[in-house]
Amino acid sequence: MTGDQGSGGRPSGNNVPSAREDTAEPIRVQKGMFGANNGGDTSGYGGLVRTVMLPGASARPYGGPGGSFDEIADELEGALEEQGLVPENAIEKTVVDRDELTFHIAREHLVQVARTLRDDPALRFELCTGVSGVHYPGDKGRELHAVYHLRSLTHSRLIRVEVSAPDADPHVPSLVELYPTNDWHERETYDFFGLIFDGHPALTRIMMPDDWQGFPQRKDYPLGGIAIEYKGAQIPAPDQRRSYS
Amino acid sequence: MSASHAPHATPRATTEGTVYTVTGGDWDEVVQTAAKADDERIVVNMGPQHPSTHGVLRLILEIEGETVTEARCGIGYLHTGIEKNLEFRNWTQGTTFVTRMDYLTSFFNETAYCLGVEKLLGIEDAVPDRATLIRVLLMELNRLSSHLVCIATGGMELGATTIMIYGFRDRELILDAYELITGLRMNHAFIRPGGLAQDLPPGAVDYLRELLKKLRKNLPEYDKLATGNPIFKARMQDVGYLDLTGSMALGATGPILRSAGLPHDLRRSDPYCGYETFDFEVPTADTCDAYGRFLIRLEEMRQSLRIVEQCLDRLEPGPVMVADKKIAWPAQLALGPDGLGNSLDHIKNIMGTSMEALIHHFKLVTEGFRVPPGQAYAAVESPKGELGVHVVSDGGTRPYRVHFRDPSFTNLQAMAAMCEGGQVADVIVAVASIDPVMGGVDR
Repeated sequence: MTGDQGSGGRPSGNNVPSAREDTAEPIRVQKGMFGANNGGDTSGYGGLVRTVMLPGASARPYGGPGGSFDEIADELEGALEEQGLVPENAIEKTVVDRDELTFHIAREHLVQVARTLRDDPALRFELCTGVSGVHYPGDKGRELHAVYHLRSLTHSRLIRVEVSAPDADPHVPSLVELYPTNDWHERETYDFFGLIFDGHPALTRIMMPDDWQGFPQRKDYPLGGIAIEYKGAQIPAPDQRRSYS
Repeated sequence: MSASHAPHATPRATTEGTVYTVTGGDWDEVVQTAAKADDERIVVNMGPQHPSTHGVLRLILEIEGETVTEARCGIGYLHTGIEKNLEFRNWTQGTTFVTRMDYLTSFFNETAYCLGVEKLLGIEDAVPDRATLIRVLLMELNRLSSHLVCIATGGMELGATTIMIYGFRDRELILDAYELITGLRMNHAFIRPGGLAQDLPPGAVDYLRELLKKLRKNLPEYDKLATGNPIFKARMQDVGYLDLTGSMALGATGPILRSAGLPHDLRRSDPYCGYETFDFEVPTADTCDAYGRFLIRLEEMRQSLRIVEQCLDRLEPGPVMVADKKIAWPAQLALGPDGLGNSLDHIKNIMGTSMEALIHHFKLVTEGFRVPPGQAYAAVESPKGELGVHVVSDGGTRPYRVHFRDPSFTNLQAMAAMCEGGQVADVIVAVASIDPVMGGVDR
């Protein structure tokens, strides 16, 4: 199980993932077998090249507890259609993985989709738990992701909404107007990833000093640190140590 | 990466890179403008080193006479980059970092993180019952110790030092129990992906039963001291008001949301760790104020005692780590006379008996285990509200991204809504009723 990666194969259990179409997102390319990439190829596996993909779009039925994922998806698609929006344009893909439902939303439709998710009586995701940024330099043209987890207290449900923006145009519409709680969360994501939330009332740095340069949680931003001496040996800084990924 | 700079941040090139000097005319200008105005409006900077602002929280208050007209928070003084650091350690080492986020709710951070990793690994069902029970037990003790600090420091900020002494006295009893179980009073890194670092030491159950007795005896003292106390009530009632609409909009959870009357508790609405099998109540209040939150915390401590008792009754001997030896790391620890250390039996096995065991041990310790690519969200009800963890794996031995949705961070946003229009002295009470811990806010 632990060596099981790549196509997103999962250990069996009662949470068997839905069948996938081939819209998975590449996140990195692994060379060799054991992750170590400094030094010569002593293992003989150095020629292996494998693209690591995130779980791709799922096909119906989505399942979920009591079939609720299908219900949510039906409601959302129906409600968007009522508003004169083609659901396929707004929802780029729907992923069911590890018993969690994720809607990948085109960023230009994010506000409308979020409003529908919040206000539609059958959906009613009234609590937003904020936004988490992720930087995927390997996902060309969609490097920056903003991930929202929405909770419905009315129906006791949780879904994930994900939008992406390219590094070259790091703009995502702000949800502060809908979920005021996202105020600080969006500032934090801006601070760490440089994602600009259009429409945010005061998008300034929140954790780092105001005059900080760069966005620390991006993958190309170094961790920093210095080598230390321990019992006579030089221990390199954490980001210089050997990685086995 | 922006090349431009603010007018008050003049750049200066040095050998170490560009240095900005941000001090200067900025603050003076504010003061001058304020002095010119012929009202009593002044801007007060409170913190970040003020004893009643809960650590390094900076409050910027605009006051007119005794009334706060605007209130803002300045945070980030305790930002330590834990989330970034996690990306450079393996999955198991992560617990050592996350336990230091909100340092008063260590076990919640560890459990939430481990639940997320276990979800990614797909081993939620493989975690032994005993490990889950001990997690619940530790979390509920942790709820007590966190609420005790909240009540103690909150009391101290009102000038009620007796409450402070009582609170820290009782918390110390609980920290002694942590020390017995994990070897440490704080920052335990005891809960690991797949289970626990080690089993309860001999005699721990009896010790905990004794502890419960002591706490049962001590808890009513807070009621006697404070609940009916007219000064206490006068300071707390109708202070820090935030109704249900406000709480939902601002994403406030935990005692703040429950003080507005909504019995939302993840242990009930989205159970994890088998909470659906425990018998406890979710207290609420309808006062929306600091006093209601105080009463809720008191009642939650009583309910936590009930849960701890049920855990102790249910504990059965068994493993505390998943059976999969490729994940169970290090697991072979033992409590020696000088503290927690390597199990001598394990060392004998890997060094003297089994070459394969040595190889596995070596690979697990140097490389860690791989986690299939994907993302997961795990949430627990911490003493402060919903503590959510978003973990992303790229299939490697290190987390690709870990984000903590810390309840202190989210709840602190409600400070302005609670304080504006109130008195300066009430700001302290309102902030204390939010119970922010800057380690969690800034991470």
